[in-house]
Amino acid sequence: MSYLNKTTSHAVVLEEPLLFERSHEGAYGFGLPELDVPKINSEKYFGNYSRQKKARLPELSESEVVRHFTRLSTWNYAIDLGIYPLGSCTMKHNPRLNEEVARSADICELHPYDPIQWSQAHLQIMYELQEDLKEITGLKAVSLQPSAGAQGEFAGLLLISAYHRSKGKNRKTIITADTSHGTNPASAALAGFNIVQVQTGVDGYVTLESVQAVLNDDVAGMMLTNPNTLGLFEKNIEQIAKLLHEKDALLYIDGANMNAVLGISRPGDFGADVIHFNLHKTFTTPHGGGGPGSGPIAVSEKLVPFLPVPLIEKKNSEFVLNYNSPKSIGRVKAFYGNFGMFIRAWCYIKALGAHGLRQVSENAILNANYIKSQLKEVLNIPVKGDHLHEIIFNDLNQKENGLETSKLAKALIDYGMHPPTVYFPLCVKNALMVEPTETESIEELDRFINSVKEIIDNNDSSTIYPKRTFREKVDEAKAARELNLKFKFNE
Amino acid sequence: MSYPNELKYTKEHEWIKIEGNNATIGITKFAIEQLGDIVFLDLPKVGSSFKAGGNFGTIESVKTVSDLFMPVTCKVTEVNQSAIDSPESLSVDAYAKGWLIKVEIENVPADLLSAHEYENYVVGGN
Repeated sequence: MSYLNKTTSHAVVLEEPLLFERSHEGAYGFGLPELDVPKINSEKYFGNYSRQKKARLPELSESEVVRHFTRLSTWNYAIDLGIYPLGSCTMKHNPRLNEEVARSADICELHPYDPIQWSQAHLQIMYELQEDLKEITGLKAVSLQPSAGAQGEFAGLLLISAYHRSKGKNRKTIITADTSHGTNPASAALAGFNIVQVQTGVDGYVTLESVQAVLNDDVAGMMLTNPNTLGLFEKNIEQIAKLLHEKDALLYIDGANMNAVLGISRPGDFGADVIHFNLHKTFTTPHGGGGPGSGPIAVSEKLVPFLPVPLIEKKNSEFVLNYNSPKSIGRVKAFYGNFGMFIRAWCYIKALGAHGLRQVSENAILNANYIKSQLKEVLNIPVKGDHLHEIIFNDLNQKENGLETSKLAKALIDYGMHPPTVYFPLCVKNALMVEPTETESIEELDRFINSVKEIIDNNDSSTIYPKRTFREKVDEAKAARELNLKFKFNE
Repeated sequence: MSYPNELKYTKEHEWIKIEGNNATIGITKFAIEQLGDIVFLDLPKVGSSFKAGGNFGTIESVKTVSDLFMPVTCKVTEVNQSAIDSPESLSVDAYAKGWLIKVEIENVPADLLSAHEYENYVVGGN
């Protein structure tokens, strides 16, 4: 039997119209009691903004709504269904222990306005998470506030800006690399910087010469993703940090790929001044539709005075929120960040311990390299080198057979797998970026490998993938050109 | 693939047709094939000025978003609205109906490529 039939089969999948189309007058799922307070004239308070006509909301019973969303969910794919090898996204299993802890009433029924003496245990969890992240990075202090990786970048850049301004300098340039995440230049632009991008060498590493060529007194810092988006550890990173520091420019590390280096390499040791984590990637808090994210930052001594407030500190045996930090950039998020994610990340770190975390990275690297070793004969590897947790292929030796990157990716959907990241990083033509993570077993990795091989063996130019899904291949260009997001009532 | 001789080219895959002080600018057939189905164009306003090498807009395909780079120092005099309305027209007729902007030239840099030089450049794997 072919792999295709082993991996997927046809099951009953129910068609599902929009809620507006399902609506029938008079249906409801929740009734409000009789109005027992005086009715107000909304026009008096809101003038023209007061609603004149009844809103045309869909009318449905509870069971209809539940079925609607459950049916839609059966069209979807999730990490709980199978491998999700989306490069640079670290889609790993979310341990159920995390959920158990995060959902306990003691924790999830807390209100951020509760008095501090009632929240000691919660502050302790945040404090301990900060301490653990400090140790993992070898840096001096941590702020848990940023609510996602990109906001961590933004906050980190504001710190860099505040650092230079505190010295009376208004430096306006940030260096980025073509192997960095696309959010790096975007965050720098949002934080008011001009961006200069350096090209990596043919071997995929940022060179000292390329940094030297653009480094001047206007450079506030450099943002590097390490390991980079080619899955390579920037081997010149220490010298790059030194070079930047000689000009009093700072080094920002995008920590999205931390899953490759836990317990192996610490950004603080190679000269990083600020790094953001993606708790939702490295530390198993749900993402990819299940969010929210969380993007704490860790900083070197130089940036400590500028960290967002409140700072979570330990005074004697008590945990406190410290707002007294005159040079702080202020808040970057309401309250204290996405607290639910701190619980899960803390739980994950405590469950694994230092040795366990190192093993996470070792296994993530092993899994990616197993895929590399099994597929290198059939798929081209454009940038050779010691790949860590992800491996970048492209379609160079398959394209002439009509199997380009997008087709291979779509074909994998028929095998019941989420496709890898495609056409990223941009410095690789038609990239296919595979990050299996450490939580896939060798059986699941083999299933992926054999599926790719079978797709290649059975490729014929006339087949359009996916063909076994509920919706077959959609016209992406038409969908993007003729966006239709609004329901029109049939009057 | 064809690269008309009467046009000049850049390494960023723009073509430029220079007629006296005026020029028409678009992107090459090679670039369009690399991008795949084009879904969105962001072009500058008439009257805006650019230096040669400056970023004058973006082109988005189902695969990626790329910047557009100005081949000459110039002022924009006309924008191809029908290309914005139906970006798929670029892949049909890259060098005529698929033009992006018309400009009034202030300065032409010395490093524009001839059709032959551009062809060698893209065949070289860039």
